[in-house]
Amino acid sequence: MIHRYKKLLSIGLTLVILLLAQSCSSSKNEGYASVQLKTDTLYHDGDYQVEVVNFEALQPLLYQKDERLHVINFWATWCIPCVAELPYFQELVKKHPNIELTLISLDFSSKIRSDLLPFLKDRQLKERVILLNEPDANSWIPQIDADWTGAIPATIIYSGQKRNFYEQSFTFETLEKEVQQFQNQL
Amino acid sequence: MNSIIYILPLALSLVLIACGGSESNKASENENDSLTTALDSTEMSTDTEEDEQMNEGYAVGDIATDFSLMNIDGEMVSLADYTYAKGFILTFTCNHCPYAVAYEDRIIALDAKYKSQGYPVIAINPNNPEIVEEDSYENMQVRAEEKGFTFPYLMDEGQTIFPQYGATKTPHMYILEKTDEGNRVAYIGAIDDNHEDAEAVTKRYVEDAVDALLKGQQPEVTETKAIGCSIKI
Repeated sequence: MIHRYKKLLSIGLTLVILLLAQSCSSSKNEGYASVQLKTDTLYHDGDYQVEVVNFEALQPLLYQKDERLHVINFWATWCIPCVAELPYFQELVKKHPNIELTLISLDFSSKIRSDLLPFLKDRQLKERVILLNEPDANSWIPQIDADWTGAIPATIIYSGQKRNFYEQSFTFETLEKEVQQFQNQL
Repeated sequence: MNSIIYILPLALSLVLIACGGSESNKASENENDSLTTALDSTEMSTDTEEDEQMNEGYAVGDIATDFSLMNIDGEMVSLADYTYAKGFILTFTCNHCPYAVAYEDRIIALDAKYKSQGYPVIAINPNNPEIVEEDSYENMQVRAEEKGFTFPYLMDEGQTIFPQYGATKTPHMYILEKTDEGNRVAYIGAIDDNHEDAEAVTKRYVEDAVDALLKGQQPEVTETKAIGCSIKI
């Protein structure tokens, strides 16, 4: 009798463990999934990919409600200080893998194949790159930040409701410090 | 039987610890460690404060400073030289920036249309040529020749003028209206609403603003935002 009870209990225990393991792994995957955007076009070359979106389609990426720290960098291949700071952003997510980095390219939409994809390949930029194809900048720049003049590079750091905007260049040290101060204030 | 009752909560808590304490938590612990180290070991400069000061410039309605800057022909140019002018279409622009390049033809067209009406284009290159060689005085001469600029293309020698205006990028437009008090800022911002395709433009901000001023009115839209290349200091 006791033996049968033990057996039932061990089956039950195994089930509970399996269920728990299942739920924790699925919640983890959910937390790390990239938000899907309604893209106009998708360009790719091997591992390198560019999603083309308009400003409306970009919205879900700018306001994710998970608890992760999101770093969004506005840049372009033609922007010298942007290109200079890109390695620091790559380094940041390499060192802190729970930060989600998105690179929003403001390259001309006519230069994706000729300039942007070759650049990504050359720099081994496998981070998520989204080209914002919205020529009327005056319509969307103030929605990113009221104080943004439109100069790039520019960066958003946000988590949940808290959000900071930076119209400036970073070094690795200034970027990491900013992220750390941001986290401390959460 | 008793032992199982003790083992059950223990096993459950083990599963929970294993689950909750997996990679994500470890990663954030490591992150905090390394971030604190980075903070301790680095004394930060006050770059951002300087940047903020740079961003302070004219608002619409302010009286803009005059200047004396060297043109590509070696002559010094001031706004005061233009006794006939009713105002100015001032553009901070440069050679190297694709946004500036995309607008070159449209700036030439603005000068062609409005110089005769009293609003000449004045272009100022605000960049430090030591940082971007393409924006050197010699290269300005080359580019002006190639494109056939019909307006002065001035070098902001010492980079003292653009910060007073509050220009942050190229191209960055300022429309000035000549008044008794001086050259009053009437519009700041973009040329139009499509940098990439002049054919697809629907809003001509600069033209609309100058047209309004020529009619003795104030522009409806006095400020717009546009993407541009940050000014190289």
